[in-house]
Amino acid sequence: MTKLVTAIIQPHRLDDVKSALEGAGVHGLTVSEASGYGRQRGHTEVYRGAEYTVDLVPKVRIDVLVTDEDAPSIVDVVIQAAQTGKIGDGKVWVTPVDDVARVRTGERGAGAL
Amino acid sequence: MASTANAFCLNTGNNAWMLTSAVIVLMMTVPALAFFYGGMVRTRSVLNMLMMNYIAAGIVGFVWLLWGYSMAFGTETTGINQFFGNPFQFFGLNGLNETAIDGSAGSFSPLAASGVPAFTAVAFQVTFAVITVALITGAIADRMKFGSWIAFTVLWATIVYFPLAHMVWGGGLLGVGGFVSRHLSTPIDFAGGTVVHIDAGAAGLALALLLGKRKGWPKEPMRPHNLPYVMLGAALLWVGWFGFNAGSEGAADGVASRAWLNTFLATCVAMIGWLATEKIRDGHATSLGAASGIVAGLVAITPAASSMDTWGSIVVGLAAGVLCAIAIGIKYRFGFDDALDVVGVHLVGGLTGTILIGFLATNNQGAWFPAGAKKGLLYGGGGTQLVTQILAAAFAVVFSFVLTYVIGRIIKAVAGLRIPEAVEVGGIDLAVHGESAYDTIGARISSEVE
Repeated sequence: MTKLVTAIIQPHRLDDVKSALEGAGVHGLTVSEASGYGRQRGHTEVYRGAEYTVDLVPKVRIDVLVTDEDAPSIVDVVIQAAQTGKIGDGKVWVTPVDDVARVRTGERGAGAL
Repeated sequence: MASTANAFCLNTGNNAWMLTSAVIVLMMTVPALAFFYGGMVRTRSVLNMLMMNYIAAGIVGFVWLLWGYSMAFGTETTGINQFFGNPFQFFGLNGLNETAIDGSAGSFSPLAASGVPAFTAVAFQVTFAVITVALITGAIADRMKFGSWIAFTVLWATIVYFPLAHMVWGGGLLGVGGFVSRHLSTPIDFAGGTVVHIDAGAAGLALALLLGKRKGWPKEPMRPHNLPYVMLGAALLWVGWFGFNAGSEGAADGVASRAWLNTFLATCVAMIGWLATEKIRDGHATSLGAASGIVAGLVAITPAASSMDTWGSIVVGLAAGVLCAIAIGIKYRFGFDDALDVVGVHLVGGLTGTILIGFLATNNQGAWFPAGAKKGLLYGGGGTQLVTQILAAAFAVVFSFVLTYVIGRIIKAVAGLRIPEAVEVGGIDLAVHGESAYDTIGARISSEVE
């Protein structure tokens, strides 16, 4: 009935993804700073001749709750807005959600979205 | 510049310049050096780095007024003592009288000849004592007991800095008319190559060896936590250094102007030299490299600021930028953890400038050197000045290293030098000062303790 769409994206794509999601009818989302690596495997930095490998690179994580039927199209929206074609663009995945409640009113399920 | 003038005649222009210089040289320690170093350490120890610098200003400032000035610029107690002045002569500035400079006891101003009052000389020179002690903090980042650092600042200033300042600027062993001056030639150290930089660099090395490596060094990455702080600190050092070098003339005259220009020129070239070295070696011209190159150039031109023509300044700056950029790698080879490269920048930069004087000293183009000094090897003065410069530099290295090591061993035996390992891993800021520098999500304050 409800799905959690989680996206890890490049930080500089956040604004585009956010407005694309708004355009697709998403009313709320949660954004957090994250760090990690995939095939990109980080980069190196040099400080006074000492070379460091920075393998956990900064990313943005977006969590958005949607109905079952909206989930596939929301995934497409994220991909379209976040894609640059370069390595390090991120991942999107969908997980089932057992229950959702709106804290203010106590509404449950789809009504709480 | 001791004077035997019969009557003191106040020169308001010179005095205004010296007071201004004193203010901007203080700025070099707080905030400039504190933030230059503070940005280079990790998030968990930035407050301790700032505090070690601020407390150095507090402690050394106070000690200077009690017995420091007297030891540096007072009269030697016996004929064979060319090492320090009598600490009790002007204890607490007692007996200093800026209006009656006639060579009688209690009326001595090293700047009397320029019409600058003794109290201005005290003020100008205290800022030098403060920054020299503060420079050492770069070698001991993240791991020294705060109380032991305070004890060290008092002992080191008293046993190493005040005597060396006396020997070079107070008419002692390495000054005009001193032992070296009479037998060879007067060592040229205009603003503190030996007294400030070689001195602090050798002390940093001794203390880093006594303290041992930071936990995890060199395997664990210790990335500078705030490079904009480092850039800002370096820029403020650059500005303040004009008070340091041009102010060291003791007057607002043409030599001060020459020293100003040489200071600027050498620094420009040193920054370029460091960045070029980095670009070739590591592939990037970095902001940390620019900041470091600035400081390396300033360090090297310090002893030479008055006695270079334009070409000499360029050579000193370029040599400092390239040599210091190369030298920062030596700690990895020898395995001593001079955390923020006090040795690589201040010892190597200080030696570079001090020794190059032996080749490049001149009085062309408005440059000047003290009585008894000679032109450099490349300017037709022969090799005498080079030998003198090497001797003075070697003396400063040995004097500072040995005495610092002894002071460090004594403090280690009495109180310990290093914080416990568990404290170091958790971060010295929290353990020693009970604070954290930044309000991060992981360290959010949840409630006030009643």
